[in-house]
Amino acid sequence: MLSAYTDFIRIRFLTMLAYRVNYYSGILIYMLNIGVYYFTWQAIYGDRGEIGGFTASQMTTYIAVSWMARAFYFNNLDREIATDIRDGSIAIQFIRPYNYLFVKMMQGFGEGLFRFTLFMIPGMILALLLFPVRLPSDPIAWIGFLVMLFFSFLINSQLNILTGLMAFFVENNEGIMRMKRVIVDLFSGLVIPISLFPGWLSAIMQWLPFQAITYLPGSVFTGRTQGTGILDVFGIQVAWFVALLIPIFFMWRAARKRLFVQGG
Amino acid sequence: MKAIEVERLSKIFKVQKSRGGLKGALQDLFSRQYNEVAAVNDISFSIPAGEICGYIGENGAGKSTTIKMLTGILVPTAGKLNVGGYVPHEEREKFVRNIGVVFGQRSQLWWDIGVIESFGLLRKVYGVSEQDYKKRLDELVQRLDLGDLLSRPVRKLSLGQRMRCELVAALLHNPSIVFLDEPTIGLDIIVKTEIREFLKDMNRQHGTTILLTTHDLQDIEALCSRVIMLDEGRIIYDGGLDTLKTRWGQGTRVTFQFGAACPLPRLQLLTSELHVTWTADNDLHAEVLVPAELNVSDVLAKIVGQPDIAITDIKITETTTDEIVRQIYQTGSASTGSAEGTVSHA
Repeated sequence: MLSAYTDFIRIRFLTMLAYRVNYYSGILIYMLNIGVYYFTWQAIYGDRGEIGGFTASQMTTYIAVSWMARAFYFNNLDREIATDIRDGSIAIQFIRPYNYLFVKMMQGFGEGLFRFTLFMIPGMILALLLFPVRLPSDPIAWIGFLVMLFFSFLINSQLNILTGLMAFFVENNEGIMRMKRVIVDLFSGLVIPISLFPGWLSAIMQWLPFQAITYLPGSVFTGRTQGTGILDVFGIQVAWFVALLIPIFFMWRAARKRLFVQGG
Repeated sequence: MKAIEVERLSKIFKVQKSRGGLKGALQDLFSRQYNEVAAVNDISFSIPAGEICGYIGENGAGKSTTIKMLTGILVPTAGKLNVGGYVPHEEREKFVRNIGVVFGQRSQLWWDIGVIESFGLLRKVYGVSEQDYKKRLDELVQRLDLGDLLSRPVRKLSLGQRMRCELVAALLHNPSIVFLDEPTIGLDIIVKTEIREFLKDMNRQHGTTILLTTHDLQDIEALCSRVIMLDEGRIIYDGGLDTLKTRWGQGTRVTFQFGAACPLPRLQLLTSELHVTWTADNDLHAEVLVPAELNVSDVLAKIVGQPDIAITDIKITETTTDEIVRQIYQTGSASTGSAEGTVSHA
């Protein structure tokens, strides 16, 4: 049975590999995004030394690593689940002796592996060549970042699963999915680091899961969080990962009862 | 041993009512109103192991909903269910290892990968040993003639090819109970026949219990000894196909074409001792309905050979199952379809 789950990872990886050309343009778009933010921040910094606890050089690294992390953790599980629900093919998932959400997670991970090796790493190399990104010298920072990156993927996928499952309860969750995407990009600190938010908003952000996706791993990579601080921020990620399992469990259970297979 | 037991099963769906107009739309935003629709309404039946049972009814009669409850996809609103020793929706993951399901209108193969890869993945999902898998696959591939399809991606298969692969996908783990929801929909007559033969053989060799829904009554005639007929969520007939035919079959229709005018009263007079009904559009054409208990030859004997009647053509037609079923669907009940009274099953 376990080998079936790993097969879902393998097959999704191979399927993505077949469409790899699509992702070459993705790398360029991400470079463009990094470029836009890089030059904007350059202009904002001028000759100021520090904004919101970030030096100009840390900010460049933060932007690059945040976008490249997104290249890895991003997936369309929400859309895939919503489509399965809307067109009724979810029925097929229930006649199989496996857990649908776990399979989705595995497929997401297969996609993640593809994105990591063929999108994030080449993208990061390109970013290193184009922008003055400073890689951490401390091996602890590297290990901490990579582990936290994996949890970024888990938490982002959990949010995607929750958003996708909404399709059970509302007729059209297109709007919710779009809103989720904007919220994750903004509140995770991808667009603006959370420490630059107004005080009240950044206080709220401390209590939401989004910072665990981009901001916390980014702060480890830029060296703003070091030593035992890494364990603290990693702890926040793990706590959110566990906490998000609860609504998923209840939503899935409620969905089972509500399930109404469309199209006969 | 019973493979499937269903007792007082119901499934009620809440369907949102939308009120008309702008005002209605605004009201809907704040307080929704629901209509309760009983897709399946208090049905009971049981199917012994090894039986092939047909499950028929008009569109929207509740066939698919029943199948979805029996396969553990939907949770029933009320009633008791037991399929192969399990309550489907309660022990879903364990239960589905023992059943095979084919939805004619939905693919269960993975669209992007090759057929054989799909099968390999299903082997792992169902935890079938490499040895059993090889044996079973060889048998199915040979029987359904899939040899050269195996390496193709699913999206490149024709409907007939795909449906044969779907059957293999549903049967790889050798389930003892198989549900088929419109398995022959959209297929040409050759593939249809092939699939029917295959199902019959499987039932004979492995004793597989099969429940199938279909709109093609030839599927039923070819496969099923028993039919359950559903209308508006209720069972209106449950019994043998033969009983259905003899009870609602209106006998035999004989159509005459005459060379010279032959008035209706004359014909009626000739067959006055027999309880047959004549109808005629004109003097050159007449039809007689012979009830099942009479012999067609007796009627023919009275007419044929009369010196004054010149017959140019005789056509004898039996009432087909299609006609019977159409009649039952139209009247909405199997008990009013005939003057012979109600059926004990209904």
